[in-house]
Amino acid sequence: MNASRIVAALVAGLLFGSGLALSGMMDPARVLGFLDVAGAFDPTLAFVLTGAVAVSAVGYLLRRGMARPLLAGRFEVPAARRLDPKLLGGAALFGIGWGLVGLCPGPALAALVLGLPDVAIFVAAMLGGMLLYRLTSIRGSGSAHGATTS
Amino acid sequence: MSFVLTPLAGGALIGASAGLLLLANGRIAGISGIAGRLLGRWDGDAAWRIAFLVGLLLGPVLYRGVAGQWPAVRIDAPWPMLILGGLLVGYGTRLGSGCTSGHGVCGLARLSPRSLAAVATFMAFAMATVFLVRHGGLSR
Repeated sequence: MNASRIVAALVAGLLFGSGLALSGMMDPARVLGFLDVAGAFDPTLAFVLTGAVAVSAVGYLLRRGMARPLLAGRFEVPAARRLDPKLLGGAALFGIGWGLVGLCPGPALAALVLGLPDVAIFVAAMLGGMLLYRLTSIRGSGSAHGATTS
Repeated sequence: MSFVLTPLAGGALIGASAGLLLLANGRIAGISGIAGRLLGRWDGDAAWRIAFLVGLLLGPVLYRGVAGQWPAVRIDAPWPMLILGGLLVGYGTRLGSGCTSGHGVCGLARLSPRSLAAVATFMAFAMATVFLVRHGGLSR
């Protein structure tokens, strides 16, 4: 593990967190405004996702011409393409939780720095849910999680 | 204009984050995976994952330094809903191998069929949940 990879990850995290703050997506009220198609619809999330996917896609296009990443030995990007019940069931459960509160993992973690009790409660429960998954999932089936690498 | 340009610019920063992590370290910028994997035994990837999360938390601080105020975070949900929502988000994103960042930003950018299906699924379930809560008499 070299220091440059850690610095790159720190900068990437900083870009992510400042992007979330600038975009307005740390605010559950605006996220729920997007998800509330029958109410006063707020399209902000669509603009954010458009900007994010467009710039991110440049990165994934550049990757095609690279044998390996600049600072690491190989790309570790999921290669799985088939849909399975875990993927869709997990996405459904996540969607319900996201719709109940308006927070997903990135904004929830970034918002911790504001020191709001509601955010801390949500993040504690979220980490509990992640831990519950880890404790209940069968050991050794790691490759079935879509974590297979290319 | 800022109604469109500010979210686009914020999104572009998030996309730049995903691009940097991919091209420099060869990794997906998926927050649920980065955070969730730190809950197990720490391996050689723990250091960069922690660094990413530290950066993520410093992002709003940087924003405050530039904009002069914290980003808005308005939460209406009562605490039982916060706990239920948090549990579902944590468990669901690990079971489904990703969230809005890993499947949304990164997965859509590389046209992954799994991510397309995941995004369609969690968007649909989130919209249905909001509809039931706000218009179906589940609360308030």
